[in-house]
Amino acid sequence: MKSFFFVISLFSLTIFSAEGEPCGDYLSSDGLHRGICEEADTDYLDKASLQKGAKMFMNYCYGCHSLKYARFNRVAKDLGIPEDLFQKHLLFGDQKMGDLMTISMDQSEAKDWFGVAPPDLTLEVSLRGADWLYTYLISFYEDESRPLGVNNKVLENVGMPHVLSNLQGLQKSICKQVSQSASNGGLKQDPLSGEIITKEQCGFLVVEEEGEMNPKEFKASMKNLTNFLSYMSDPIEEERKYIGKFVVLYLIIFSILSYLLYREFKKDVH
Amino acid sequence: MFTKLLNWVDDRFPFTDTWERHLSKYPAPIGQNFWYLAGVLMVVVLVIQLISGIWLLMSYEATVEEAFASIQYIMRDVDYGWIIRYMHTTGSSMFFLLIYLHMFRGLLYGSYQKPRELLWILGWFTYIILVAEGFTGYVLPWGQMSFWAAQVIMSLFGSIPFIGEELLTWIRGDYMISGITLGRLFAFHVVLLPLALIAVVFVHIIALHEVGSNNPEGIDVKKHVDEDGVPLDTVPFFPYDVMKDIFAIGVFLIIFCFIIFFFPDGGGYLIEYVNYEEANNLITPEHIVPAWYYTPYYAMLRAITFPIGPLTAKFLGFVIMTAGMVIIAFVPWLDRSPVKSIRYKGMYSKLALCGLVVSFFVLGYLGMIRPNPLRTALAQVFTALYFAYFLLMPFYTKYEKCKTVPDRIKLQ
Repeated sequence: MKSFFFVISLFSLTIFSAEGEPCGDYLSSDGLHRGICEEADTDYLDKASLQKGAKMFMNYCYGCHSLKYARFNRVAKDLGIPEDLFQKHLLFGDQKMGDLMTISMDQSEAKDWFGVAPPDLTLEVSLRGADWLYTYLISFYEDESRPLGVNNKVLENVGMPHVLSNLQGLQKSICKQVSQSASNGGLKQDPLSGEIITKEQCGFLVVEEEGEMNPKEFKASMKNLTNFLSYMSDPIEEERKYIGKFVVLYLIIFSILSYLLYREFKKDVH
Repeated sequence: MFTKLLNWVDDRFPFTDTWERHLSKYPAPIGQNFWYLAGVLMVVVLVIQLISGIWLLMSYEATVEEAFASIQYIMRDVDYGWIIRYMHTTGSSMFFLLIYLHMFRGLLYGSYQKPRELLWILGWFTYIILVAEGFTGYVLPWGQMSFWAAQVIMSLFGSIPFIGEELLTWIRGDYMISGITLGRLFAFHVVLLPLALIAVVFVHIIALHEVGSNNPEGIDVKKHVDEDGVPLDTVPFFPYDVMKDIFAIGVFLIIFCFIIFFFPDGGGYLIEYVNYEEANNLITPEHIVPAWYYTPYYAMLRAITFPIGPLTAKFLGFVIMTAGMVIIAFVPWLDRSPVKSIRYKGMYSKLALCGLVVSFFVLGYLGMIRPNPLRTALAQVFTALYFAYFLLMPFYTKYEKCKTVPDRIKLQ
């Protein structure tokens, strides 16, 4: 009987096995999980976070990454930024508020510089998910073997330089002795001595020399940036859910009334 | 005044007659249950698709350069364009969900048996047109999955021996999926196929009203009629069925609108995440899957991994996949049972139908995930089970013991 269950569980493991973890080689800070994304905690109602994210994007990302399906004035309106302030602080060159958020960088030249042209980011969160993007943003590390001296744990051998290194500082990927989780949910222990068994685990990211932000501040601002791009992927989310409540409520009332009417007529049928 | 106008019209066009025959006085059998709602709900979805489609068409551009951007234009710059688009994307999945429920109802209560063979065939044509409509529409947003799904499905024609390659080029209109292909699929999606769909649905309903609706008991209600020739076990469509349908439409719209407003991409099943990236013929997505409603047949396509003589595995898979859809049309002639409804059929029929449902779900799941040897073997087993339902039907329906069907419908 036991072997029967073993075969069944092996069988279902093969059928239902996961399709690979989404976050590449990213190691969680406790060293227990690899490839699982950190949570970005996006909140489309947190306007302050969205505004900070927009500022971060316009200052650090917009040089290379377009948001070519979105318009400046829509972003200003949705995020509650007055148009004159937006125009003064977040608009460059001769762009107008009604324009699409395109960039002037030549795609083919960019491809020569980075190996791949920086993608448009309007729909990046819809495509890859907010958690992925956030984890990607916090996992650049020093790697001398790469042309630009940095690599990324989530997207290995990425062409993008670490644009935010002056904020974060440069992370290093190091190895540590870590405890392991046991099957009962606790930590693995030596059965005789009771000592916790450790194992060398590589891939921990540590900042040796901080930039303008400490790690906590940097993570918070990356969450803001992710939140902004999450809004960018689905700018209608707030209005959609707001209208949706009324629509569904109306339909529920409609259905109840139509049920009562149907019940009356049903009495005629024998 | 109104009567006068009506008489004037009736002298020139059978308005009252048509109205009574097809709507107000159409005799609907009593005892029809949940399964009988899919039909009317599909009419609702068809209207939703046509109307939302017209509005999408006002802003969509069927060119390689603009297709993807025009969808985002609809989503962002067109007033309430997002509602229109989400109606259309949700509507397509709902259409398939309902047509599968509708077909299952037909199998459950033997709604294809004499005299409803033609009705079944017409319904089958609706399904096939819908499959084509779904496929052509899927390509139009020109996302990565649109492009590569088109690439995979169209390449199946290339596997046909001898003429394959040339046929493929002829269908695509180019040596690869290109703007030419997009243009044709667009024309098919917005003109040819909807026209065909409306025509077939119309004829399907005319045919239904000629032979009359079946019921869960599979009893022929026309055997017992009153002095006016109206079957006794029926009620007039208006108001009795109309009231039921309005309630059903209300409940359906709650689900429909809940998806549109709170869950529009359906966790990646209604709008695939990969399709948020513009089509790129140089980068193949890691994992190409069709929309969920094709996955049972996609699993059949992938289940065939061995060539036979000069026929490639791909071609054989294509044949099996097509056969899986075509065989449904032959059910009226495969079923030899003296009774219609599953309620009076024997154990074999019940087991076979269970087998069909299980294989449909398992294949649907296998079609969504990456293949491995075990999964492929499973897909082969369940493809065989799927076909067994149809191919063994003449035998198990003939040799099983059925219950006696009562004369009249009794409501519980």
